[in-house]
Amino acid sequence: MDKLAEKFVIDDQNAGLFRVNRRAFTDPECLAEERRRIFDKCWIYVGHESEVPHTGDFRSRNVARRPLILVRGDDGAVRVLLNTCTHRGAMVCRQKSGNANTFQCPYHAWTFNNRGSLVGVPGEDSYSEAFKREDLALAAPPKVDSYRGFIFACFDPAAQSLYDYLAGAREYLDLVADQSETGMKVVAGQQAYSARANWKLLMENSYDGYHGLPTHQRYFTFLADIGIELKGNNVAAPARQKAIDLGNGHAVLEYQSAWGRPIAHWVAPFGEHRKPHFERLRRRFDERFGPERASRICETSRNLGIFPNLVINDIMAITIRTFYPVAANYMEVNAWALAPIEESAEDSALRLDNFLTFLGPGGFATPDDVEMLESCQRGFANREVGWSDISRGMKREQPSITDELQMRAFWRRWNQLMTEPQLKRARKAA
Amino acid sequence: MNGMDPPSRQEVEDLFFKEAALLDEWRLEEWLELLTDDATYEIPPTDVPEGDSRNTLFIIADNSARIRSRVKQLLGKSAWAENPHSRTRRMIANVRVLGTEGDAIFVTANFVVHRMRYESVDTYIGHYNYKLVRDAKLLKIRERRAILDNEALRPHGKISFIL
Repeated sequence: MDKLAEKFVIDDQNAGLFRVNRRAFTDPECLAEERRRIFDKCWIYVGHESEVPHTGDFRSRNVARRPLILVRGDDGAVRVLLNTCTHRGAMVCRQKSGNANTFQCPYHAWTFNNRGSLVGVPGEDSYSEAFKREDLALAAPPKVDSYRGFIFACFDPAAQSLYDYLAGAREYLDLVADQSETGMKVVAGQQAYSARANWKLLMENSYDGYHGLPTHQRYFTFLADIGIELKGNNVAAPARQKAIDLGNGHAVLEYQSAWGRPIAHWVAPFGEHRKPHFERLRRRFDERFGPERASRICETSRNLGIFPNLVINDIMAITIRTFYPVAANYMEVNAWALAPIEESAEDSALRLDNFLTFLGPGGFATPDDVEMLESCQRGFANREVGWSDISRGMKREQPSITDELQMRAFWRRWNQLMTEPQLKRARKAA
Repeated sequence: MNGMDPPSRQEVEDLFFKEAALLDEWRLEEWLELLTDDATYEIPPTDVPEGDSRNTLFIIADNSARIRSRVKQLLGKSAWAENPHSRTRRMIANVRVLGTEGDAIFVTANFVVHRMRYESVDTYIGHYNYKLVRDAKLLKIRERRAILDNEALRPHGKISFIL
């Protein structure tokens, strides 16, 4: 591992310089190490409890390269199960989603209930007394937990609790979850896409305020065309804005935005006829939270990055986005829309319409992001240029959302996990 | 379904083939002339191909104004995902006239669309469901839905041209 002895990150706080070795984006050995040190150690997002609302509801998910089942058992509990028969390995759940009392392996017909217990073994009398059904339930990740409906799994039995892991990010998940009085739901329809680029480029991009104007010029032209006044609404450096390191590699941008927000921030393109309705929605937030928090929930946008691979962007709509490396230069991306359960059909339609103006693989912005990420990856072939610069705003007392503090928070945590001696970590856990 | 006399398959094929040529040649302003003033263009998500864009997160759900904005952006300079433009080549087949209802004519066709860019070839496979109307004598597209058979946009990454 001589190559890995070379530094990944230069973090010179005196000089105000931060550089990332581009090998972190291109080297298959680095990816193998990320799988061991990051994806097998951190809490990884699996899904949202609203995706399995009823007893027996299930969804197949690929998480950290493992096929998993997210399922609500007949006891009402949501579980994450490893989708492999404990007999000889076949996947017991072969549908993408559905409702089931049991999962029967098609290979030898072993049957598991929707809590994962083994309840049927054909010809069980052929086994010895040492064979016990309770030893052969469907396995689960060592740790599974949820916060405000967001379900995570962790493959490291010694990991800290999800609550502690999320650290400062909890406050921002609250600002999303509090948008409903009855709970949030993932809307039907998954945007399943990809990028021919390293997975970390998408985390950087998802909360990069600096790229907004040049990369998304066409989106801001579109906003102007539909009558959203951009004057006095400086999209490059809005008045109320901050970038915050939330601990454990998580970070957020919080800012006032030009676009409307279906939660309760009306703009002219939503139509005059909707204005009184939005004013009612907005007053309800004042009643529930007081003017300050209500304003924060309704009028500010948030780009939240939860280490290592979950993005929740609460912008012109709310998107949940997660992504996995398939190779150092290729990732798979899944994205969903999140909305209040009680939202009316008309409000929901407006929300989805607003979502699609910017977001997703057919939106007026995301395709250009994918293009830029792929362009970076192709550019990295010039190995003579070994480092990327992520120093912006490093010497500023209060970095703005067009600085790169949030990326440095990610990279510092990444670098710590990738370089700390494994032995020390094992001892710490013991 | 019952209504006016349906067009012949050949007339519908002529429309599909003309549209494919205009799109492959990036003659997008001329393509707009094939649409009615209230046209829609939709691509449902790959996991809910029969969905309704009012309650399902689509990939594209453009109303007429959005379609026109999309064309303007694609013909401008800052739609980076299509600047430089992709090469595309469309194969349209299995054209069927399904029936009519009032002034609406329902037609379907299979498509294979190859997109070439940076020496990668990505293939979009699926079928179109169109609702057509007659404007004077010409057939025009009122609803245009492209339903993908691909289970995910992988490795395509995006639908940045008009599919």
